[in-house]
Amino acid sequence: MDATILSFLLLDGLQNGVVYGLLALSLVLVFAVTRVILVPIGELLMFAPLSLVWLLEGKLPGTLWLALVLGGAWALMARGRGALLPLVGGVGLFLLFLLAKEVPPLAYLAAVLLVVYLGVATYRVFFQPMRGATVLSLLIMAVGLHVAYQGLGLVFFGPEQFRPAPLLSGEVVVGLSWQGVLVLLFAALSLMALYLFFRFSLFGKALLAAAENRLGARLLGIRPEEAGMVAFGIASLLAAFSGLLLAPLINAAYFMGFMLGLKGFVAAILGGLASYPVAFLGALLVGFFESFTSFYASAYKEALVFLLLVPALFYQSLRARTVEE
Amino acid sequence: MRYLWFLLLLLPLALSPFPYYLTLLNFFALSAMVVLSLYVLTGLAGMTSFAQAAFMGMGAYATALLTIKAGLSPWLGLGAGLLFALLLALLLGALTVRLKGHFLPLSTIAWQVALYILAGNLVGLTGGHTGLTDLPPIHFFGISLDTGFRYAFLTLFLLVLLVLALYNLRQSRIGRALLALRGDALAAASFGVDPAVLRLKAFLLSGVIAGLAGFLYAHFLRFVNPTPFSLEASIKYLVMAVAGGVGSIPGVMLGAAFFTGLEDWLKDLLPLLLGRQGNYETIGYGLILALILILAPKGLWPLVERYLPSRDLGVPKAEPLSLKSPDGPRGEVVLEVQGLQKSFGGLLAVAGVSFDLRRGEILALIGPNGAGKSTTFNLVAGALLPDRGQVRLFGKEITGLPPYRIHALGLGRTFQHPHLFLELTVLENAALGTYSRTRAGFLQALLGLSRREEERALATAYRALKRVGLESLALEKAERLSVGQQRLLEIARLLASGAEVLLLDEPAAGLRAQEKREFASLLRSLAREGYTVLIVDHDMDLIMGLADRVVVMNYGEKIAEGAPKEVQRNPLVRAAYLGEEEVA
Repeated sequence: MDATILSFLLLDGLQNGVVYGLLALSLVLVFAVTRVILVPIGELLMFAPLSLVWLLEGKLPGTLWLALVLGGAWALMARGRGALLPLVGGVGLFLLFLLAKEVPPLAYLAAVLLVVYLGVATYRVFFQPMRGATVLSLLIMAVGLHVAYQGLGLVFFGPEQFRPAPLLSGEVVVGLSWQGVLVLLFAALSLMALYLFFRFSLFGKALLAAAENRLGARLLGIRPEEAGMVAFGIASLLAAFSGLLLAPLINAAYFMGFMLGLKGFVAAILGGLASYPVAFLGALLVGFFESFTSFYASAYKEALVFLLLVPALFYQSLRARTVEE
Repeated sequence: MRYLWFLLLLLPLALSPFPYYLTLLNFFALSAMVVLSLYVLTGLAGMTSFAQAAFMGMGAYATALLTIKAGLSPWLGLGAGLLFALLLALLLGALTVRLKGHFLPLSTIAWQVALYILAGNLVGLTGGHTGLTDLPPIHFFGISLDTGFRYAFLTLFLLVLLVLALYNLRQSRIGRALLALRGDALAAASFGVDPAVLRLKAFLLSGVIAGLAGFLYAHFLRFVNPTPFSLEASIKYLVMAVAGGVGSIPGVMLGAAFFTGLEDWLKDLLPLLLGRQGNYETIGYGLILALILILAPKGLWPLVERYLPSRDLGVPKAEPLSLKSPDGPRGEVVLEVQGLQKSFGGLLAVAGVSFDLRRGEILALIGPNGAGKSTTFNLVAGALLPDRGQVRLFGKEITGLPPYRIHALGLGRTFQHPHLFLELTVLENAALGTYSRTRAGFLQALLGLSRREEERALATAYRALKRVGLESLALEKAERLSVGQQRLLEIARLLASGAEVLLLDEPAAGLRAQEKREFASLLRSLAREGYTVLIVDHDMDLIMGLADRVVVMNYGEKIAEGAPKEVQRNPLVRAAYLGEEEVA
């Protein structure tokens, strides 16, 4: 291996690693606040670039109808004043999509808002009614939604892969495209924004409080469903941006989100589903590991990534005391 | 009653004119085996696996390789398949069963994906995605099981045997311990259950059952490739189990039947609706699952079960186990606590506490809130590890031993909030106490060889219930008990366990005055029989009338010890409770 290949692999690993990292952060956040392991995050991620492709071709994507149906269900379940948000949001989203056909800047915005709306509606319709359920039931619900959304993705977008035009074309140096730089920049910005949000805003602190101790937060007037909606919203937002930025580099297809999400899980588990910085570092590790294994043993790269878990789990299991209250 | 399951064997006869439905019937039987493996894992042991299809794959590939490449008999393939499934389960289990909650399911997803990729890429060994073809059919006493009709007898027969074995398991001490472990590992451990070992064994059993299903699958299709052993397949089985009701055997079977039929129906229907070919049935799967989880969180079976007559088991009549009744000279030291110390971060919760517990006495550990009573209690019972100090039980050092080891030596505890298993009957709850006095393992329980011991265990539990006066409620679910009755049930469970030293954590909290008096007289009569009681409580009326001796703690230290009357006069104690000026 020479220096060129090494730097190429490192850049590739970094670029994928930061995306896994953002997914891992979203997963940790959603899990901490709602106890949901958001398996369908990969589908949310893929829905963004695929909807964008449809809009740029002047078609309305099926995801819009899915979002509107779920939004309708949300409005029905919320009733009263609570129904205002989904109704106004749904109408706004629909109008935005009509305007955004073949208008790139609006189309990007529409794709992001669609995914955020869909993510929040998913929480309200499927997870909030189960709020007393065990982690296991919530996980199975998440898996069910992953399966359903993936199947719907196939119906909406077909089995083909799409490559939207990059926002910035050309390469900075060999192996690093401007689009790749954009991905890294976005990751850095999101990390900073998340840090500021949780460190300094009252809402961010309320969210952390709800994650730490649900009952206590509730007694202080933090509504758990609001906290859950915000957590799902942030996770969907990060997923949508990651999807839009990543799609020109790796293509987009209905089935591709799951692998990305799973690698986010691996990273989140490396961080113990608890620590944000460790989860992000874990994601970078996954990224580098993957890019090097794909160089040496490409057929097995996915398998090897998951075997990364073995030492992490072993360490966790040594630490665990089985008898706990 | 349970032998009615053998009626399933009539199904192939009824369906014999329809080869297509015979195939579906075989698929149902195979799916049912896999979901039964999930019943063991999730329904009993409270763990989740997204890797059941990978265990199936182990069974399938092992037999395929042995029969095709080495030309050996399928029965050797069966042995190899079960062995490989077992080894995989051992590897995964050893790494993950000690982990809490979500780690196990998530890590099984990762394993499942990794194994699927390996099966698709190790072309030289597994034939890659094209797979291995031409497996020989299974021969059974010279009959070749090469049609769906004949094969259905084999799969259904094995399925029924499996169902009966799992009923045995559920009714055994192992089944009870697994259910207890799922609800509350600490309480289970306090009755001698080693959580990690029992969970690992359940994981192994579950893996082997799935491996058996994989073996049968391979010789049914006589072809293996990675697709039926993918994550999607694992998810499908989990969906079946959860949707049907993972907490019961008929539940998971219902789920398998429902979804096997539904899948077939959706496969025909959806392409018609959507006008395209593809794997669209997953959409229906996911949405139906979501609907079931929201409308019937415990699955479909509990909805059906409500309308079925419930069966009365009757009161056990066997000879109780011969437990060692408490003996030894009254007043000898049974429990010795020396210089016990424990801090949480910067807070010194217990600072060098020492006291002795003598046979036949009732010793009360009292003190204001935050005095370190409960911490001391948990240090003695093994629920917490002390930083310093020693605990000796009957002269043996038990410091730092896990609760299940301490319990075996004759010490039992209750909990501040009763730790009972509400979906079990009162009798079963009490019978949990006999866990460390009975021996039957997984294999004996599955084969139904432990019935005699089981009956004696239940009789022991019943005797203990009589002792505390709960025998009339023995067959009720524990959720129907009042707080006072729950406290009594916890005592009965201790008595059934043969413990001689009883540690009671605030046993009178939440009792009415009359219940308290009855409770006190029960404890007194137990002490007269030679049981030794250490009690932690706030209730001064109860303690002063009940205890022989009192140890008073404040700020983590022992400030007084002696007869109730003496302690009441002690100025330090009065200061601690009433905030009086300290008298020099």
